[in-house]
Amino acid sequence: MRVINQKEITAKIKKAVIDANHFLPYDVISAIKKAANKEKNKLAKTCLYKIIENAKKAKKGIFPLCQDTGLVVVFIEQGDNVKINGDIYAAINEGIKEGYSEGFLRKSTADPLTRQNLNTNTPAIIHYDIAKGSLLKISLLIKGAGSENKSAVKMLTPADGKEGIIEFVIDTVKKAGASACPPYIIGVGIGGNLEIAPYLAKKALLRKINDTNRDRELSLLEKVLLKKINSLKIGAFGFGGDTTALAVKIEMQPCHIASLPVAVNIQCHSARHKVINI
Amino acid sequence: MKEIITPLTDDIIFDLEAGDEVLISGPIYTMRDMAHKKITEILEKNETLPFDIKNQIIYYCGPTPAKKGKKIGACGPTTSSRMDKYTPILLKYGVKGLIGKGERSEEVKQALKKYNAIYFSALGGLGAEYAGYVISSEIVAFPELGPEAVYKLTVEDFYAVVINDIKGNDFYLINKYH
Repeated sequence: MRVINQKEITAKIKKAVIDANHFLPYDVISAIKKAANKEKNKLAKTCLYKIIENAKKAKKGIFPLCQDTGLVVVFIEQGDNVKINGDIYAAINEGIKEGYSEGFLRKSTADPLTRQNLNTNTPAIIHYDIAKGSLLKISLLIKGAGSENKSAVKMLTPADGKEGIIEFVIDTVKKAGASACPPYIIGVGIGGNLEIAPYLAKKALLRKINDTNRDRELSLLEKVLLKKINSLKIGAFGFGGDTTALAVKIEMQPCHIASLPVAVNIQCHSARHKVINI
Repeated sequence: MKEIITPLTDDIIFDLEAGDEVLISGPIYTMRDMAHKKITEILEKNETLPFDIKNQIIYYCGPTPAKKGKKIGACGPTTSSRMDKYTPILLKYGVKGLIGKGERSEEVKQALKKYNAIYFSALGGLGAEYAGYVISSEIVAFPELGPEAVYKLTVEDFYAVVINDIKGNDFYLINKYH
């Protein structure tokens, strides 16, 4: 049995949340550069290059990429040969609390009714899974509210089929319009039930922008959706042009014979994700 | 590129058209959800505001805390539509410019026309870039709200794009049809 101490996890999470808020991942930078080079709309093109400039400024470690330093969404995959000496939930929340305080990041958790800011940026949204092996893998998403607010879940029926899924995804992106910081990355969750579809949509956002879906049909559907989304001409920042989304990522699992749950999780262009392997 | 000095005057406002790129210099005031709620409550009770909003620009922004020696933290715009409910009353009391990101409601667009005011979009998700436009900052109201307090930011060459002008043009809609 491999033993990992609570303190080690806290230290790694603390560093990871500070880093994730200052360094735009390379796959995102690369996709934005590619889109900027191809963009024909002059204003949109100029502003796409400004995203790259912003990433360069943030990399110096003084100002975060975005003032919405998000809620931290955490996916834990704990190997079945790993034992945590302590409480993994407490370890993660403590790391976030310290990281957001010492890293001068905005604390954005509030009581839903009184709206009182909790001033810790905790609790994190934590998803926990057991895997095979001796590794503790922790994936983080720094998820702002602008894009989260425009995300949606819908219980379609089997009769709605693939066309229904496409329609719902396009409709959700249309409603997000210019508000959720396009160009977007669109996470789509298909199947499961009411709570699993959004979980899958969120998980889809952990994938690298340029990867290919292992399922051929889903890979094709991702391409179809991306093309349709980019024909909406919302464009970067809503200023028109060809770059409404950089990618569509779909995750799927079986569902009930009577239902077709679909969720769309919108990710803004500041797609801050990070993986820690302990 | 048009250069704008705040507070806004009619000759500036009448000159601006949807789609114009602008560089704003001078004081602007940050306000998010909670500050809007508080300010409109004060206006509805006919009490005195903690700062003068007449001819001013409101910036929908909740910055990250400033590091030692810095004027401000990251300070890009937040989504404007959350403020739609409160915007017409602010325009009625003399606010002349709004900066945020994303589409506004029909009520807000009508109010912009009625009160001759402009809605600008800043670039969402560019917090580090916008921090560089800030020369000075001070909290002028509701410090208890933390990141949602009202900051008076003095900015220089703050980049924005005119979305809604006083003629009723909407740059987002113009894009959709061209």
